[in-house]
Amino acid sequence: MQQLLNGLFIGSIYALFAIGFTLVFGILDRLNLAHPAVFAASAFVGIGLAEAFELSIWVILVLVFLFGAVLGLVIERVAFRPLKNRPDAHFAGLIASIAMAGMIVAVLQAFFGPQTRRFPEGTAPEGKVEILGASATYVQLAIVVICIGLVIALNVLVQRSSLGRSMRAVAENPTAARVLGINVDRVTAMTFSISSALGAVAGVLFALNVNSAQLGMGTAIELKGLAVIIVGGMGSLPGALVGGLILGIAEVFAIQYIGSSWRDFIAFALLFVILLLMPQGIFGKRKVREV
Amino acid sequence: MKMKLRAAAVVSASALLLAGCSGTGDGGDSGGGTGGLVGTGTGASCVIESPVKIGAALSLTGGAGSYGASQQQGLELALEELNAADGIEYKLSIEDDASEPRQGISVMETFAGDGTSIVLGPTLSNTAVAAMPIANEASMPVMGISTTAGGITDIGEFVFRDSLTEAQVIPQTIDAVIDEYDLKKVVVMYSNDDAFTESGYEVMAETLEGTNVEVLDTLTFSKADTDFRSLLTAAKDKNPDAIVVSALIEAAIPLVTQARELGIEQPIVGGNGFNNPKLMADAGDAAEGVVVGAAWNSASDNAENQAFLTAYEAKFGAQPDQFAAQAYAALYLIDSAVRSDCSAERADLRESIGSLKDVATPLGAVSINADRDAEHPAVVQIVKDGKFAVLR
Repeated sequence: MQQLLNGLFIGSIYALFAIGFTLVFGILDRLNLAHPAVFAASAFVGIGLAEAFELSIWVILVLVFLFGAVLGLVIERVAFRPLKNRPDAHFAGLIASIAMAGMIVAVLQAFFGPQTRRFPEGTAPEGKVEILGASATYVQLAIVVICIGLVIALNVLVQRSSLGRSMRAVAENPTAARVLGINVDRVTAMTFSISSALGAVAGVLFALNVNSAQLGMGTAIELKGLAVIIVGGMGSLPGALVGGLILGIAEVFAIQYIGSSWRDFIAFALLFVILLLMPQGIFGKRKVREV
Repeated sequence: MKMKLRAAAVVSASALLLAGCSGTGDGGDSGGGTGGLVGTGTGASCVIESPVKIGAALSLTGGAGSYGASQQQGLELALEELNAADGIEYKLSIEDDASEPRQGISVMETFAGDGTSIVLGPTLSNTAVAAMPIANEASMPVMGISTTAGGITDIGEFVFRDSLTEAQVIPQTIDAVIDEYDLKKVVVMYSNDDAFTESGYEVMAETLEGTNVEVLDTLTFSKADTDFRSLLTAAKDKNPDAIVVSALIEAAIPLVTQARELGIEQPIVGGNGFNNPKLMADAGDAAEGVVVGAAWNSASDNAENQAFLTAYEAKFGAQPDQFAAQAYAALYLIDSAVRSDCSAERADLRESIGSLKDVATPLGAVSINADRDAEHPAVVQIVKDGKFAVLR
């Protein structure tokens, strides 16, 4: 039971990270590899805020959400927009975002130093609850709740709001969307902004959960996040959630029943099998490209 | 462009000529590079005309950035103190190996080509294994100041280190813990994608094999991991008397925190990576009862160590860690080798470092053995009230 919970919590973190990733990927068809850097940056900024002003965790989450949103705008403006009219815009943006990631991490190191950091004690309410003989901290429970809440909220945003409609139009066909009077640049910027804000929240929760923030924390989770969105179905929000949970639980059970050395092997083999059976991912829709 | 090339050719040709000249001279006034590093007098009266170039390849950025920063401070302090003495002027140049083997190789190549007498570092065993052969091929002595993996000094005749190996520290630690807590069964955990932690694990396994203690399970993780709850749950289910861990500090902090959070109250025995004040600073109460073997403890009361602590605190306003202490001690070892036959020529240095005996440093009395490794007694420490106390 404890292991099931462990898997659920790890999975929620993967999902939270992947949701932001998949949003940009699904709507704009761009892979933003600066996302892991946002993840790390927000954790460090959150720790900086907590140390300097002794804020409550809720205030920090809101501030970091805003920080992420702004950082997302910057990433879009610097790494993606100048390249958008090039014929190889997707690939160029991908490379530019890697450069952005390197720069963000370098700035972080200049400000915070290379050391591992943590949130000061007492930032988040400490303590744990017992669920059927297994224990879970408040932070872990909050992660699951926030994760599910964000998926629902985002789904509503994309499906119901006018911004969401514009997003879906851009996802379908940017040129046609522009013809219909949608401000594609604005929608693109908003998408990046929301995506990074989510990545930022994920970063803070992750650092709280494991009591450690490292400059390389984004890179460590990057590939898993990528795997999760591909298995979940490119651009599918529920897919990211389910994919994250599957990966988390697969890892935990590999450890428990097969051996810790086989963890990544088992987890990724499982994802591979899922892809073989469902090539477009669990929640992915087959894309029809018309010539 | 053509002009530039020609100018470069002229410059390099004349450099070659110069080097040739100084090579044939008896080394009085050639000003660094080859020759000129043999002085007159011995010991404290040794005078070497040219500045002695010492290189350091430290991980100032990347995964091991926190270790490199400590080492840099230790070296700077020792340099300042040694240069205050008469006779020899040391010129220290510190380069960043970025915690990466490839970067370490290029840093080492630079030092090998610029007349540096000896290089300290690289910081990580991973990087050292890749970069030290370059120094050895160039017949340039190199001294590891934090590398503790096995096989480092087997690289060649010119490779030394002043950091006690895991193989020297861990057996002493484990024996002390078994005795202290009357251990019967343990679970071992280690990160299996790092040369340092892997070799630490091998020594642990070997030491445990020679005792009556039963190893219930061996769990592995990656050095980039920060969530250990599922591993720890698996460990807890086995109900061990203690958990023995080989991991770097980045993993140690979350691991210890999460272990206590899951209700694991047994002692956690760590390798050298745990030996960092950040463990108590960041893991807080969770760190209590963690046992760590170490090459150095701030509580050691030898005179050199007390002087080192005071000077370090005065210069940097912080407590030194083992990495700073070993870096600091290395420069003193080199100084005493250079002075012993009053030469900083690479070949002479190799001889003189190899025969160092009982040099007083903050680490205790250090000797270099036939395998070019340092020998001095280890300290077994336990975290008590937020501090490393000496267990025995």
